Amino acid sequence: MRVALFVTCVNDALYPQTGIAVVRLLERLGVAVDFPAAQSCCGQPLYNTGYRHETEPLLLRTAAAFAGHAYVVTPSGSCAAMIREHYPRIGRKAEREGRGTDLADAATSLAPRVYELTEFLVDVLGVTDVGAYFPHTVTYHPSCHGLRGLGLGDRPRRLLAAVKGLDLVELSGAQECCGFGGTFAVKNPDVSAAMGTDKIASAAGTGAEVLCAADNSCLAHLGGLLRRADSPLRTLHLAEILASTEEEPPT
Amino acid sequence: MTRTDLGMPAFPEAAREAVRDGVLRANLRHATHTIRDKRARAVAELADWDRLRAAGKAVKDHTLRHLDRHLLRLEAAVTAAGGTVHWAVDADEANRIVTELVRATGEREVVKVKSMATQEIGLNEALEAAGIAAYETDLAELIVQLGRDRPSHILVPAIHRNRAEIRDIFRAEMGRWGRPAPDALGDDPRELAEAARLHLREKFLRAKVAVSGANFMVAETGTMVVLESEGNGRMCLTLPETLISVVGIEKVVPTFRDLEIFLQTLPRSSTAERMNPYTTMWTGLGPSRGADGDGPSAFHLVLLDNGRTDTLADETGRQALRCIRCSACLNVCPVYERAGGHAYGSVYPGPIGAVLSPQLRGTGSAIDASLPYASTLCGACYDVCPVAIDIPEILVHLRERVAQGGPVTRHGIRVRIRPAHGHTAERAAVRAARLLLDRPGALRAGERLLARARRLTPRRLPGPGRAWTDTRELPSVPAESFRDWWTRERGTPQ
Repeated sequence: MRVALFVTCVNDALYPQTGIAVVRLLERLGVAVDFPAAQSCCGQPLYNTGYRHETEPLLLRTAAAFAGHAYVVTPSGSCAAMIREHYPRIGRKAEREGRGTDLADAATSLAPRVYELTEFLVDVLGVTDVGAYFPHTVTYHPSCHGLRGLGLGDRPRRLLAAVKGLDLVELSGAQECCGFGGTFAVKNPDVSAAMGTDKIASAAGTGAEVLCAADNSCLAHLGGLLRRADSPLRTLHLAEILASTEEEPPT
Repeated sequence: MTRTDLGMPAFPEAAREAVRDGVLRANLRHATHTIRDKRARAVAELADWDRLRAAGKAVKDHTLRHLDRHLLRLEAAVTAAGGTVHWAVDADEANRIVTELVRATGEREVVKVKSMATQEIGLNEALEAAGIAAYETDLAELIVQLGRDRPSHILVPAIHRNRAEIRDIFRAEMGRWGRPAPDALGDDPRELAEAARLHLREKFLRAKVAVSGANFMVAETGTMVVLESEGNGRMCLTLPETLISVVGIEKVVPTFRDLEIFLQTLPRSSTAERMNPYTTMWTGLGPSRGADGDGPSAFHLVLLDNGRTDTLADETGRQALRCIRCSACLNVCPVYERAGGHAYGSVYPGPIGAVLSPQLRGTGSAIDASLPYASTLCGACYDVCPVAIDIPEILVHLRERVAQGGPVTRHGIRVRIRPAHGHTAERAAVRAARLLLDRPGALRAGERLLARARRLTPRRLPGPGRAWTDTRELPSVPAESFRDWWTRERGTPQ
């Protein structure tokens, strides 16, 4: 099997180790990984801030970059939800505005081929035990777009629970948003920080060593708060835990 | 919605104060979490919840699509049953109609059933200006009125108050409005309720005019429906001689049978009850036309537009008109929980307020232009909405209106509005970002530049970046982007 990795702009620029982990993990499971170089950002930050028209060229770019790939895998619930939920919406709006069907066609062609990493592992590959080893106590925060947008359900937790050595502890109030919310984090900094502070307090209360999520944007916010508070709790993307083995622990 | 609301600061500033108020945060957290958990249990009891939700959405959508027809049918049915129907295009007209109707009775006071529509138009203030006293009789509205406060929740307007604060308000203010609270009043809920009961009883027995809203209006029969918990509404709806109901035009449902859906979904979503204690239904003056002295002898229905028809013209935004004012979205909203209701600068706070206010009032004021951004788009509101309003979708749609401008309907006319103030720099930044992101070569150069400067990453950013670094560290910049790692390991990507 062959997949195209949509690494996302945030991971490309700030969290390359997450992208590298996805490559190692998928290859270990016998999947060949391509990295189409024309990919960039899905446009979510622009779209969610109110700039739909500026998002459109990025929609076309993303669709073109992954044309011909049967499986597009991304380690971000948020970016997957952008493509699956919002791309078709952008296409429909453009059509209604009398601007043709290019955007709608690109969106409907790409959307069904995009898989968030845990969906790909559980639904397409049919695995929950990916052969990982991670001897630490971990708590999992289900990011909103994965949880409510994509309906990832318990896939991430099932994958984590099957990791050798990993002790998964429940996060109280797990379903509550961490307060990142893209530009919300800077447009409403006080509420954002208050939400994040409550979330890291819950996470710290579990006694876990690692706060895990499937979206690095949420973890940038939570990790930023944790480091400012000099907390020993560290953040880690789910892919890095799943890629981890006794021979190759996460960096 | 009163004009003072429109002079409010933007949401982020208004929320800042609430976030720092420990008592308020504790009151809100306790109240919203309690009701949130109860709602989840009440909804989980129904095996067909998803179908009820879909049916509620479908009935409302169908009604809105043919709103003109259903309203005319309603008018005919109410008139045939002895009621009088008035049409109010905006708040001023509705206030004028109600004021004239009260004046015509010669009365100088009215009792009120809890009503969002009359809050929305600022009816109490309008009546006061005309020398007519309006007494709120819903317990929480009474607390807000006595405290010269503003409501902060749709269902529980005094949610921001704890019982000690309520006792202080009762002791200090009840005497100015009627029967005073006992001197030794404590903060036991039963004592507080008894003080309110005695205070209000005097008003119920004296009042000749009542003003209400309605949860539903049935077009086929002309029946008005009010759901409540306390029975105070029932007092107002049955004792006075004249009853005036101010109701938003979107509250109509086609047939009596449609109530079957909403009488299940509304109580479970709002108070988390299987059934609300009091459901009052009346059809005009009823078969006896008030001749037997039972119930009001005059009934006036004021149908309120106030921006609703304009909202209906918007394909994405119109779904907000499905709202049945249950407040489930407020109770699950993490932003509402921390910012409190007052920060939304409207009688409609929380997620539904953030999509209703900028549509009903427009996006011209600082508060209304900021409301679409008062959300992380976490989607919890959409999940619990009993009529499946996709609030995040409308929020993003309204953000576009604020940031880019675009077509809107105002007073029935399609116009193009300009972007709201304060988005010029953002627009330029977004454009620059898009140009960069649309050129992977440039993006790669940018990433390399960032990587070279990574040791210089500051702890605190100046300007707008401060909003991040005031409370959070920046992510550390890696030595190498993923792109560069791939090229180094795997050669040039395809």
